[in-house]
Amino acid sequence: MTVAAIREYIGVPRDSVENFGGKQIVYASWDRHLLFAAPFLLCLPPETRFRDLVEGPLTALVQADPDAAALDWTKVEWLKDNQPWTPDFDASLADNGIGHKDQLRFRTAGLNSLSAAA
Amino acid sequence: MSTVFIALQANEETRPIIEAIEIDNPQAVVNRQPAMVKIDAPGRLVIRKSTIEEQLGREFDLQELHINLISLTGNVVEDDETLTLSWNS
Amino acid sequence: MDMKVAKKKLGLKEKYKLMTRDLGWDTTYQTKEDVFPYVGYEGIKIHDWEKWEDPFRLTMDAYWKYQAEKERKFYAIIDAHAQNNGHLNLTDARYLSALKIFLQAISPGEYAAHKGFARVGREFPGVGTQVACQMQAIDEIRHAQTQIHAMSNYNRYYNGFHAFADTRDRIWYTSVARSFFDDAMSAGPFEFMIAIGFSFEYVLTNLLFVPFMSGAAYNGDMATVTFGFSAQSDEARHMTLGLECIKFMLEQDPDNLPIVQNWIDKWFWRGFRVLGLVSTMMDYMLPKRVMSWREAWDIYGVENGGALFKDLARYGIKPPKGWDDAEKAIDHMSHQFMLGLYQWSFGTAFHSWIPSEDDMNWLSAKYPDTFDKYYRPRWKHIKKLADAGTPFKNYGLAKLCQCCQLPTVFTEPDDPTLTCHRESVYNGQKYHFCSDGCKNVFDNEPEKYVQAWLPMPQLFQEPINGDLGAWMEWVSLRDGKDNGDYAGSEDQQNFEAWRGLATTNQ
Repeated sequence: MTVAAIREYIGVPRDSVENFGGKQIVYASWDRHLLFAAPFLLCLPPETRFRDLVEGPLTALVQADPDAAALDWTKVEWLKDNQPWTPDFDASLADNGIGHKDQLRFRTAGLNSLSAAA
Repeated sequence: MSTVFIALQANEETRPIIEAIEIDNPQAVVNRQPAMVKIDAPGRLVIRKSTIEEQLGREFDLQELHINLISLTGNVVEDDETLTLSWNS
Repeated sequence: MDMKVAKKKLGLKEKYKLMTRDLGWDTTYQTKEDVFPYVGYEGIKIHDWEKWEDPFRLTMDAYWKYQAEKERKFYAIIDAHAQNNGHLNLTDARYLSALKIFLQAISPGEYAAHKGFARVGREFPGVGTQVACQMQAIDEIRHAQTQIHAMSNYNRYYNGFHAFADTRDRIWYTSVARSFFDDAMSAGPFEFMIAIGFSFEYVLTNLLFVPFMSGAAYNGDMATVTFGFSAQSDEARHMTLGLECIKFMLEQDPDNLPIVQNWIDKWFWRGFRVLGLVSTMMDYMLPKRVMSWREAWDIYGVENGGALFKDLARYGIKPPKGWDDAEKAIDHMSHQFMLGLYQWSFGTAFHSWIPSEDDMNWLSAKYPDTFDKYYRPRWKHIKKLADAGTPFKNYGLAKLCQCCQLPTVFTEPDDPTLTCHRESVYNGQKYHFCSDGCKNVFDNEPEKYVQAWLPMPQLFQEPINGDLGAWMEWVSLRDGKDNGDYAGSEDQQNFEAWRGLATTNQ
């Protein structure tokens, strides 16, 4: 549907990738780990290696969770765009097909200390 | 039947108004909460100028209600003598 | 010599006719379409503006008289509050967080509503409508002013009140309320009436003003009770205007029904999200609580909103699309918000805290199906971290919803352990949402919502470029004073010291 308007109505997106000075937004979240109230917003260059994203900011951010110590990144299940997906840890975000504002989710079956069974 | 309500500030001005509403609406339930009074009634609530005047001992313009009104619900019908709240269902 | 004529007192209906309808005129040297250019493009068909009914039949002379009376009452109490150190009668200064949120997010909303009603009062051709909108425009500016004035008393003693205008414009959580009003004000006049007059005022403001203000009374805050109830005394008229407006549209033409229903669906959900924070104010921020958010929802949402939609069913109106999802969220939302506010409290111009054991027991009694199962374990873990000297701060900034602009803290309606992930692609760009409700709003008018100014992504753009310290300065947030945990804050220390001075001879 279009916006009801008195003349042609065109919206300019505020968060286009050009506005981030060569970086892009990536969202990441740990399924069923709701100590973290919302998915994390990260702003990174697309050349960042996936491994550096995971072992850098992501590992740092999840430390407050009691499951963090037991988290084995080689065993987690990944989702991108809410679909199962397998990353290449040594490829860049761009080469992994991770676009601007893509949402990555990871799951750790059996490792859910603070979460009641649904 | 759906409930209609009116909520008024709890103060000296509204005490006789609330008493008048109780007289005119025997089915109404008066809930006293901190600083306010909420009056619920099944389907319909009538507020009458003449009953308020009897309780108050002076003339009363129904629009004076606005000063101490907190909230209400239902379809409103007002004339010089009454203010009625009602649901059609 | 002039003859003295005894003035005949006019009846309510007669007076209303003279003081509203008789003030209108037909245009002669301009067409009606040129004078009222915005009344047609939304597709709403009106055949007879004379059918507009103001059930209160309030006229301007009576309006000024009663508003003046309200102002006198208001200032009598505000003066007494200021003269008698009213701030020391609070149950606890952590209560002030609720007021800070109110001042930063809600009072500016009142001002926005003022602008909106002033505009639609000009855009509608019907005289009854114009007068009613004009009164509401004046009411709304009065609300903004009295609220700011009342809360300025707290600014003399406590942090977080000093820069509400900057906060309103720049800090992240206020964009929720701001985008709500911007959305309404950039719509046409009829949609604005459904947005503010009907969905917000009629369906939702009771939840804000009635139990919350009663809660303010319970917590010894006479200043807030006074502005709250003074505002609310206008609200009954606003609600009635909203309801009359919707009935008027539906009675004028059957073609209006689908348009109106679509707006009800949209604005119920927008309003539910923007008022969601009230759940946290009620369940967590009032030291003494009158009722839980769930109990308030049962009275004002389920019972009252239910009655309203049953009544409107005669026109073919159905309850809003998001109604069932809202019901499913009620027992979760206050906890989800407070957990978020606590972990992001480095970036809020108000304090949050870990609920005490007593508070948690109260929450558990009020939310027997959800609190102990889902939320107590998280609070206990957070408490453990605080006790160990490593308080939990989540420096991972939050993903925001493109529509409501809240952090996406909400879970799947039927699975409270899983974050609700929703996205849409429009013109090759990806957009994220907190719920189906918000995604639906976006998908109906993507061209409007792609323009959203989302504070979190903005932080990584010019001029802040990801620098948290620069951001704090830009939003006028004084690190270590306005933000963080209430425990150990200046507000807490000062309140305790001053109250000690007030109640002892030391």
